Amino acid sequence: MASMIRNPLGQPILMRKVYGEALVEMGQARNDVVVLSADVSNSDFSYMFEQSFPDRFFNVGISEPALVDAAVGMANSGFIPIANTFAFLFATRALEMVRTHLCYGKANVKLAGAYAGLSDSFDGPTHHSITDLAILRSLPGMTIVVPADPLAVVRLLPQVVAWDGPVFFRLCRNEVPQIFTDDYQPQIGKGVALIDGVNATIIACGVLVARSLQAADALRQEGIQARVVEMHTIKPLDADLVVSCARETGAIVTVEEHTIIGGLGGAVAECLAGSCPTPLERVGIADTFTESGPYSDLLDKYGMSVGAIADAVRRVLKRKSSTKVCNAHLEEIHNA
Amino acid sequence: MSGNADDSTGRLYPYGVRHTEAMIADLSRRAFEFRAQVLRVVYERKTGHLGGAFSIAEILTALYFHQLRLDPGNPGWNDRDRLVFSKGHACAMLYTVLAHRGYFPVDELGTFRALNSRLQGHPEPRNTPGVDVAAGPLGHGVAIGAGMALAARLAGSRLKVYVILGDGELNSGVIWEGMLLGAKYGLDNLKVIVDYNGVQQTGTTHHVMPTEPIADKWASFNWHVLEIHGHNMSAILDALDSADEIHGRPVVIIARTTKGKGVSFMENAPQWHGGVPNQEQFEKALAELEEGAEQWQA
Repeated sequence: MASMIRNPLGQPILMRKVYGEALVEMGQARNDVVVLSADVSNSDFSYMFEQSFPDRFFNVGISEPALVDAAVGMANSGFIPIANTFAFLFATRALEMVRTHLCYGKANVKLAGAYAGLSDSFDGPTHHSITDLAILRSLPGMTIVVPADPLAVVRLLPQVVAWDGPVFFRLCRNEVPQIFTDDYQPQIGKGVALIDGVNATIIACGVLVARSLQAADALRQEGIQARVVEMHTIKPLDADLVVSCARETGAIVTVEEHTIIGGLGGAVAECLAGSCPTPLERVGIADTFTESGPYSDLLDKYGMSVGAIADAVRRVLKRKSSTKVCNAHLEEIHNA
Repeated sequence: MSGNADDSTGRLYPYGVRHTEAMIADLSRRAFEFRAQVLRVVYERKTGHLGGAFSIAEILTALYFHQLRLDPGNPGWNDRDRLVFSKGHACAMLYTVLAHRGYFPVDELGTFRALNSRLQGHPEPRNTPGVDVAAGPLGHGVAIGAGMALAARLAGSRLKVYVILGDGELNSGVIWEGMLLGAKYGLDNLKVIVDYNGVQQTGTTHHVMPTEPIADKWASFNWHVLEIHGHNMSAILDALDSADEIHGRPVVIIARTTKGKGVSFMENAPQWHGGVPNQEQFEKALAELEEGAEQWQA
């Protein structure tokens, strides 16, 4: 199991460049793949596809609703369109198109959401995408995949393309640490246990998987054995894995680059509430807008530092033990 | 309904055929019969949109019984012409035409908007035979049609894409995004028809959101513009032919129509956008539509 992750983490690589290269590979592997862009191709690196396959690349201009609608038309004709723009724009400006045609109409369109989370850090809160998971997760029929490192982008993109139905593929703008070794073989819909542990489980997605691993290392120094699970698919959620982690470790912490409302934390909370009520702490952005600044500093300031993740584990462990006391107390009352 | 059902692959009037007086009369009569059918369905089901269904009757009849290359027995045929029914609220007319064209039994129209029906309140792709894209929220047609036209070009297919818009939905910004897109790529396989009936939900389009001069607007977006009387079958057929002669630019046909066409008290009356007639109104309307059909009897 440990061989799936690098120790130490590998040198940071620009995720959007890896995405651009992976797109070109998709273009080589499949001639039914077409790429559409709302005039940000030099931001998200989809320009690399344009350079290799100019006939299969369409810049629709700064018009996100038309971006999605045109992709719907192309999907109707048997192509597999990958629409590219900033993540927040799919979840907000083009949302009605996504809901009506991709989700209700089952148009087989892939949405590559660039600059997700806080990764377009200096452009500020108007460009930060911190509610996209909650918005898109609420739509019936939507699949949501969040790669955690460059290799994950390479391994997951072909599966996104092959998936039968719409997918939101959530991408980071920046240089991100290499987490995975070649043994990492993700499958859409299946979470991946990266580190075993018995005291609590950290369930993380995206770039914060790296920070979660660092938090688990720090906790180990204190004798806390935290399991770390990478949940690259937010929907459909791997509920079996969530429940088995809850049963086996009795405490859960979710970690995501998103508000703590309705994203990974929300999905896990819904799952636990229905199947296995368990103390849960959610690490992410509070119910607030953010600000401009360096990426790493923003993640720290808005509650997603390594220390914040470790603190959440310590908090959930306290609740776990008090819950045990509480349960034992209830049992006593019941028996009396 | 009079007239024989179409065979499963051929059109009643093959593409390119001369528009004889008999053909024009027959298609015009069918349009009135389809209106009567829609009236019965909406009256019986007590729900639906009559005004915009009546304004599009001749255009849909011309498309499905003459212009479009399609195969009701094989709705997913790759090279079929596409029709994007963007003004989805008028789908009672679309369903009626599809049923009579052989996509599903005419009797099924009686399940319109009922529980467990394939005929949803607004068009649903995959579930309803002959429907390619969802519609209802307005404004999607041009951009989706442009995507289809681009895909056809990329695939080397000669199929054509027809989009039917209401005039009210021209208020929507994504329509204009789609217009830019169609012009950018010079999509001469894309033909948009605007059912310009002049009335939208709460009043006249002139009052709600003035869109004139509409022909000039499309022309300035670099579309080839044709303007016709949208209930004149001969003019419709000629315009569809003319649209095929245009190369290098998408075509829009501004069809001047009458909302509620064929029923005197429904014509140009906003309350019949989504109103359902009572028995007295139903009987009067039916009589007028049957009279309208009879005037085209050979």
